[in-house]
Amino acid sequence: MKYLSLVWAQLFRSKTRTLLTLLSVIAAFLLFGMLDSVRVAFNAGGSVDGANRLIVASRLSITQSLPVRLQAEIETIPGVQQVTYAMWFGGIYQDQRNFFPNFSVAPNFFDVYGEYEVPPDQLQAFRDTRNGAAVGESLAKKFGWKIGDTIPLQATIFPRGGSNDWPLELKAIFRAKDRSNVGAENQLLMNWTYFDESNDFIKNQVSWFTVQLANADQASRVAQAIDAISANSDRETKSQTESAFQQAFAKQFADIGLIVTAIMGAVFFTLLLLTGNTMAQAVRERVPELATLKTLGFTDGTVLALVMVESVLLVVIGGLVGLGLAAAIMPGVSAASGGVISLPTVPLQTWLIGLGLMVGIGIIVGVLPALRARRLKIVDALAGR
Amino acid sequence: MKSPWLWNLLSIVALVVGLVIWVLLPWFGVLGIAVAIALWLTLTRGGRLALAAARIGIGSLPQRWGASSVIVVGIAGVVGVLVAMLAMGAGFKATLDSTGDDTSAIVLRGGSQAETNSVITRDQVPLIGTLAGIARDAQGRPLLSPELSQVVNLPSKADGSDVNAQFRGVGELAWAVHDKVRLIEGRRFAPGLREIVVGQGARSQFRGLDVGKTLALGNQQWTIVGVFASGDAHDSELWTDAETLASTYNRSSYQSITVRTDGTAGFTAFKAAMDADPRLKLDVSTTRAYYGKQSGQLATLINVLGTVIGAIMAVGAVFGALNTMYAAVAGRAREIATMRAIGFRGLPVVVAVMLETMLLALLGGLLGGLLAWTIFNGYSVSTLGSNFSQVVFQFKVSPELLWNGLKWALGIGLVGGLFPALRAARLPVTVALRAT
Repeated sequence: MKYLSLVWAQLFRSKTRTLLTLLSVIAAFLLFGMLDSVRVAFNAGGSVDGANRLIVASRLSITQSLPVRLQAEIETIPGVQQVTYAMWFGGIYQDQRNFFPNFSVAPNFFDVYGEYEVPPDQLQAFRDTRNGAAVGESLAKKFGWKIGDTIPLQATIFPRGGSNDWPLELKAIFRAKDRSNVGAENQLLMNWTYFDESNDFIKNQVSWFTVQLANADQASRVAQAIDAISANSDRETKSQTESAFQQAFAKQFADIGLIVTAIMGAVFFTLLLLTGNTMAQAVRERVPELATLKTLGFTDGTVLALVMVESVLLVVIGGLVGLGLAAAIMPGVSAASGGVISLPTVPLQTWLIGLGLMVGIGIIVGVLPALRARRLKIVDALAGR
Repeated sequence: MKSPWLWNLLSIVALVVGLVIWVLLPWFGVLGIAVAIALWLTLTRGGRLALAAARIGIGSLPQRWGASSVIVVGIAGVVGVLVAMLAMGAGFKATLDSTGDDTSAIVLRGGSQAETNSVITRDQVPLIGTLAGIARDAQGRPLLSPELSQVVNLPSKADGSDVNAQFRGVGELAWAVHDKVRLIEGRRFAPGLREIVVGQGARSQFRGLDVGKTLALGNQQWTIVGVFASGDAHDSELWTDAETLASTYNRSSYQSITVRTDGTAGFTAFKAAMDADPRLKLDVSTTRAYYGKQSGQLATLINVLGTVIGAIMAVGAVFGALNTMYAAVAGRAREIATMRAIGFRGLPVVVAVMLETMLLALLGGLLGGLLAWTIFNGYSVSTLGSNFSQVVFQFKVSPELLWNGLKWALGIGLVGGLFPALRAARLPVTVALRAT
């Protein structure tokens, strides 16, 4: 600790160079912070609340529906606390570019999905209105909808009396309790009973069931029991935890983890070279000074440590600023887009990995110059050889 | 030295303007600039001096290879990532854009954006067959294929996890309607039997799709009897007879009808006839327009993402290049000062340092482009398309993308070299001569 001011002075010996190096480290960690947050968000698949929920969907494919009567059968399985269901609606509002997910849901949807907050009177109004709708707060804000408005939703799959018009009355606006989950507010819900009675094509069908478990530890036993109900029928089911379901779905878009790792590999390789070069320069320039230090009685080990600490400090400062910038930018982008793009904030996991990377890179980058500083012969160095 | 801040501010403004123009510049503009610089270098006295100075700098590059290679590798990293990302977007777009043509039409229920959302009842098919503009085969049958698509779960080749694949049931005349599709192995499926032909893209992405294998789909065993190639989005699909698919999955109606029309005039006639028939509330578009529209959003997203990531990386690389060039200039301060003392003026010195940086940047750009091309060109991946099923596509590293990458590299070199160059030219000769 007593040498900290010395390290600090060394760091800012050449202000331009240190500043430029810091800026390139910041750029690298800004990128890392953003990409890794996205990766963590994709892999985590929902909040902790999801751990005690199962999603039961058709084994054949996600677009295949299941008979609603399965609900009663699933409820009889021990360990199941509550079952709700939803049917994909796939409607569009005004233009297909305004895409947002919309489903019809069972009356007890909000009981199972406790992570949403709905004023009780609005919730009651939504359940009591046949053609009622509930939307997330950011979605309502985006289109300027207020309670009582009529939303002219257009069906793309399910016509109603031969027409695609599904006017819905907005009765409830829900909020995500966890503000990092604002993306989930970008959806519209309607009553399944109304959907089932009014659509021309299918009756008594749902896209998936959500099963709330009494105890998260029993997830695999209950999942097997549910799948056994419909085994060998033409409506076989596949039950998995909510996070596994979401992960599988996200993975279909792209292998996010692989892409992130590949890009980060390229970025950090470049960063290593840049910073390593800077440190090498810094030590080369300072050879006489280091020799003076040794003359004054600093041991070889201390000189080595001084250079190592300097290098780690440089990368850690840059990295922290970069991650901090990422943390500041991402919610800003989400807020500015009004819920269209929902970027997560930088999670703890990313901060920890980032810190590990900073220290690791600092050490790798510093080791060669530090060894060089350690090996310096005082006489040679002072003589400029 | 009147005011270095004013100078720096002016150069930054000029630089930003210059970069914007540079990125937007078409190839002949770049050629024009290159020719102008080359002429100036060879024909004027200042230019020849700059060239001579640059020769000294470039000649001493091998002595500084460690530091110089930092610029080359740094820029290569930026260009490589940028080109790879853009190649992904370009490949996806190319696959969907090359699907379909202007002389075949796809018919969907009015208001449906994709086949998954569409329903066409069986009684509408013969009505459509009688419309004007449809091409006919030797027996006089209208060339149309009523089709059904079913999304099925198949294990991916990479890790065996379930992914969505498109299982398409096609009509009797499908082989004539989709004239780009040809068999490369085995034979066609026989109607009425549970036989499948698979696209070559699907075979490379999913497990167990070789000829002769059986596959369980919809609680039935299917035999794979052939592999087809089409070079477009159909490559990701599995095909069978529409009637067999319909009976397996209890589907009573079709989802789309693909029609081969008599040239583009035939398409216009067909669309007009469809619109005029009050019994048919269906949408008609050319297959090219239909698939082209599907590529839009995702391709744009990938491009924006690639550009943003590339830009952040480029900023990092600019600082790296600045650092290296400042060090190079500082290391050669006495040499540069000597040159200025014997009569080299400011401009040739600036140009010499710039030329050196640009050369390194060019090397970096070429290296990055080459890496992206060797690793990623033709690299095959898949993503979820708008029909809720996987579309297999290949990265496409086109010459335009490589050209763009080179322009980025030179842009980074320009920024990274300019300030050190200005510094070299402005440093007082007496101070620099005393430099160690």
